[in-house]
Amino acid sequence: MKKRIQIILKGIFEENPIFVLVLGMCPTLATTSSAINGLSMGLATAFVLMLSNLTISLVGKMIPDKVRIPSYIVIIAAFVTVVDLLMAGYLPDIHSTLGIFIPLIVVNCIVLARAESFAAKNRAADSIFDGLGIGLGFTLALTFLGFVRELLGSYSVFGYKLAPGDGIILFILAPGAFFALAYLMILFNIVKKKFIKK
Amino acid sequence: MSEYILIVIAAIFVNNVVLAQFLGICPFLGVSNKVSTSLGMGGAVVFVLTLSSIVTYLIQHFILIPLKIEYMQTLTFILVIAALVQMVEIILKKVSPALYQALGIFLPLITTNCAVLGIAILSIQKDYGLAQTTIFSLASGAGFALALILFAGLREQLDLTSDVPKQMKGYPVALIVAGLLAMAFMGFSGIVK
Amino acid sequence: MAKESSFKNMALTLLVICFVSSGILAGVYELTKDAIDAVRIQKINRGIAEVLPPFDNNPSENVYKKFVDGDTVYVYIATKDAKDVGVAVQTFTNNGYGGRIVLLVGFLADGTINNINVISHNETPGLGDKIDAKKHRFSLQFCGKNPDTYKLAVKKEGGDVDAITASTISSKAFCNAVARAYQVYREDVMKKGKWDGNTSATSKQ
Repeated sequence: MKKRIQIILKGIFEENPIFVLVLGMCPTLATTSSAINGLSMGLATAFVLMLSNLTISLVGKMIPDKVRIPSYIVIIAAFVTVVDLLMAGYLPDIHSTLGIFIPLIVVNCIVLARAESFAAKNRAADSIFDGLGIGLGFTLALTFLGFVRELLGSYSVFGYKLAPGDGIILFILAPGAFFALAYLMILFNIVKKKFIKK
Repeated sequence: MSEYILIVIAAIFVNNVVLAQFLGICPFLGVSNKVSTSLGMGGAVVFVLTLSSIVTYLIQHFILIPLKIEYMQTLTFILVIAALVQMVEIILKKVSPALYQALGIFLPLITTNCAVLGIAILSIQKDYGLAQTTIFSLASGAGFALALILFAGLREQLDLTSDVPKQMKGYPVALIVAGLLAMAFMGFSGIVK
Repeated sequence: MAKESSFKNMALTLLVICFVSSGILAGVYELTKDAIDAVRIQKINRGIAEVLPPFDNNPSENVYKKFVDGDTVYVYIATKDAKDVGVAVQTFTNNGYGGRIVLLVGFLADGTINNINVISHNETPGLGDKIDAKKHRFSLQFCGKNPDTYKLAVKKEGGDVDAITASTISSKAFCNAVARAYQVYREDVMKKGKWDGNTSATSKQ
């Protein structure tokens, strides 16, 4: 059990997909104009990640080496479409906000990278926890980025207005996404360094 | 005709794939250290993007819609793109080894470039015809190449000046440069009038 | 370790994976189809409810389409107790600062604008996005006005509409979309008699 928790924590801190591995940048920048959007994108990705990790660790050994990547892509694409359809039916508002970035989970480097580097080599149970850890790391980073951008850009938190006025609109627009991520990365590096020293 | 010019200007400048729509960020940050490599990557993306948008358009309108299996879109499109990239690689190797030398190493990376799948899906969502799809994907690819090459030029300069603060080295400073570039491109909005 | 690759097992593996994936997708599609359809209809009706007085029919089925200026305008007819309540016109413009703007305009029987809802836009946050009634009172000035007497253009161009400060292009585009809706409403609904709000109301009296 201890090992499992370690796998999860590793995904959140040491191998945080956004701040450390710098993978899956497109949804990170595009869907974080508010905290709730970042959270839903993160959860959708985490869900796909867990399912694809589980499936690939179960069937991976039966797949011939040369068609490994196409097979993984098909499996991932199937789960992504499942998430896409479920969200269209039951969470229509979030579905229309995230729009094209739901099908694009297929080409999110994180999902394929975990399939290739972890799920294919490890047991099913560990692979689920790896998916959960990396998925949570991704979700937390996205939510935090969305939180910061929403706070600065429209003075609100999860849709609740804290102060009157428009906010620093730049942070909701495209350039603000780059700036916010850059400064959060610096912050993450500084915090991480302090932790390691202690 | 003016309609096509509008699509081109909008796709390259106003809604630049990378800087306004956030498609293809991974190669944008990853393969942009040198102007020469970014030229190769840009060229390869323009080519694959246009080709795959045309093929996916045909598949959507002649296979998926008649069979009423539009929900298979994501799965078929990504398979088609992966297959196309493989095919281009093989053909290029045989026909023009020189071009293969230049573009070859970038081709496998393109399968997971979300700009390719993204533009294919966007053309379908926008209900474009075949001619519009071709123009739109060509222009989007050009927009990607333009952003990539500009960014690489900026990063080359950045490497020459060594006084970047330690904590900002690498990705953070690159992201800030990208943000400034995105701000510059915001100046183009309103141009399509 | 992974199996050795031979042509036979490669083709077979891919075939099986594709087959199973397609099967799963078809199943999930069947399961979610009704919910997705319901959401689509509900979304349209909810939008119409915001721009028209209460109705009790299903306007998303009572629709006809007209192709103008290179795109489609949708006309939804709402009724209550079999009497016409009003018409909601989904209109568009491509002249916005960020390109396309889609609006839903609710007209009463005599052509008066009841309310306007922004369906989608790409205008700059904090400036052009004030066309949305949730952000600014700009769009409210159209309510209760009849475009026969109320000129749908900004004051700078001799019209009756107060433009949003620093967002003239967005304001002009908004007027352009509303004018397109009114044109369709007048020519295709009022004149052709597909809509007979007045006559059905008087005949009951």
